[in-house]
Amino acid sequence: MVKQRRLINLIVYIVLIAGSFIMLAPLAWTLSTSLKNQKHVFDIPPQWIPDPATWLNYKDVWAKAPLLYGFMNSAIVVVTVLSVGLFVAAMAAYSFSKFDFPFKEGIFLALLGTMMIPYSVVMIPQYIGFSELGWVDTLLPLIVPGMFGNIVTIFFFRQFMQGSIPNDLIDAAKIDGCGYFRTFTTVALPIVKPAIAAQAALGFMGIWNDFLGPLIYLHTPERQTIQVLIASMQSNYISTSNYPSLMAASIIALLPVVIVFFFAQRYFIESLAITGIKG
Amino acid sequence: MKNKTPGYRRKEIIWSLIFIAPPILGFLIFSLTPLITSFGLSFMSWDMFTPAKFTGTENFRYMLEDEKFYKSLYNTIFLLLGVPLGMIISLVLAILMNRSLKGISIFRTIYYIPVISPIIAVSLLWQWLLNYDYGIINEFIWNILGIQGPNWLGDPNWVKPSFIIMGLWGGVGGTMVLYLAGLQGIPSSYYEAAQVDGASRWHQFKHITLPLLSPIHFYVVVMGVIGTFQSFSQMYILAADGGPEYSGATIVYYIFQEAFKYFNMGYASAVAWVLGILIFILTLFQFRLSKRWVYQE
Repeated sequence: MVKQRRLINLIVYIVLIAGSFIMLAPLAWTLSTSLKNQKHVFDIPPQWIPDPATWLNYKDVWAKAPLLYGFMNSAIVVVTVLSVGLFVAAMAAYSFSKFDFPFKEGIFLALLGTMMIPYSVVMIPQYIGFSELGWVDTLLPLIVPGMFGNIVTIFFFRQFMQGSIPNDLIDAAKIDGCGYFRTFTTVALPIVKPAIAAQAALGFMGIWNDFLGPLIYLHTPERQTIQVLIASMQSNYISTSNYPSLMAASIIALLPVVIVFFFAQRYFIESLAITGIKG
Repeated sequence: MKNKTPGYRRKEIIWSLIFIAPPILGFLIFSLTPLITSFGLSFMSWDMFTPAKFTGTENFRYMLEDEKFYKSLYNTIFLLLGVPLGMIISLVLAILMNRSLKGISIFRTIYYIPVISPIIAVSLLWQWLLNYDYGIINEFIWNILGIQGPNWLGDPNWVKPSFIIMGLWGGVGGTMVLYLAGLQGIPSSYYEAAQVDGASRWHQFKHITLPLLSPIHFYVVVMGVIGTFQSFSQMYILAADGGPEYSGATIVYYIFQEAFKYFNMGYASAVAWVLGILIFILTLFQFRLSKRWVYQE
């Protein structure tokens, strides 16, 4: 029995390692190419370890395209949307899970129903509206809608709050003379910190990696988010076949995501699993 | 009983409404109003520069004759093949990773990295990997099999399989995590009981694992179908102008082109509505169907 188990474990390891190679090889290839000279790019057989390795491609794309602006624009969108959006979502979720008011379930279901509306249906009128306001080519169309709270986040927080905030605690705060808003900020918010962290991690990815919205609204390179800027590199800044530079740009876009993921890994997997199963 | 006094009730209701006001307002401004506008627009012809013209069902009639519409619809449906493929691979991975092995969490992280990678980085990378002449995949095929690989992104027959491969690479990690969570929720006593009854491994899988995971299958199918119907970015980056013979365009790509390249706002709205209704019907259909196969506790 033990022998058989060992054998199975060995096979599982081999399969998983082979799979890991498929998962990581493309990314390793990106990294390797970004460190190569243009003339070594098409070497046959392919060189996995660049020789000689060079940072010049990074310097080159950084100098040619306004990547720093791209970073800043993406960061502005992420920070404003997450800080306001998560707070607002937590507030609404608190109301849906701990308050009693008429048509509560109905309103909640109606909000949930909006998850069904594909972005492409509302995208055109939204574009028209924002262009009437003169907001095209600014970050506002990407920021403002996000500040009203995302329904998936509200749903997630509500599930979490129903189980984790004891009603007694809320009543105790009331008796101590705490108002509704203060009870929310001093009692509820600290308890739901893990849920907020999870949604912040997921939200960061979603916003940082968003493409369609920024593509529609942002036209001037200095005003674009990092994703749109990099997508436009091929046509605007470097030739299509300059793979080392393109790959360097890809790594630059990937880096913040990998860093955030590294630090918030636990939250990702947890929140994904929770949303998936209870959703 | 103090909680039931009318003054208290009124106060609580007012505060509840203040708390839920932002998402409600957001819904009215950014969902409901656009939805109504878009519906109205779909019966109009408008380029944003000259006044809009009411054209009745003209947009929908034109759609039925537009070859690009059919192509992008067909392409999108073809890409749905990636949903069951992804489920099978993810489930197998999840089962492998559900063993208590040393270092298993490292594998979980590795498989999850493509999921979080920006679609731009991923697309630029695959564009090269899949290159006909000097892509590393064809290089690999040549070395192993001694034949020239397909012209992935340049051949109308291979564009969609390319997207499916990319999608699998980028997506199985996410689904795997869901399945893993599901597997860990199945009580081991079920398997023990089955073993006592002499059920084979395959029988245990078929009669315990698969049915108990059915809520997750359901979630993955619904989200997968919705996601596929909304796919856009890879197509925009990898299939310039829809790719060879428009074989790489999805419906959202088609809407995007009509709206933001040709400024046919009315027509694009009409297509968007058709897409919305399609997604709605498909989702509803899946919910109906789910009553027959999704296991309820």
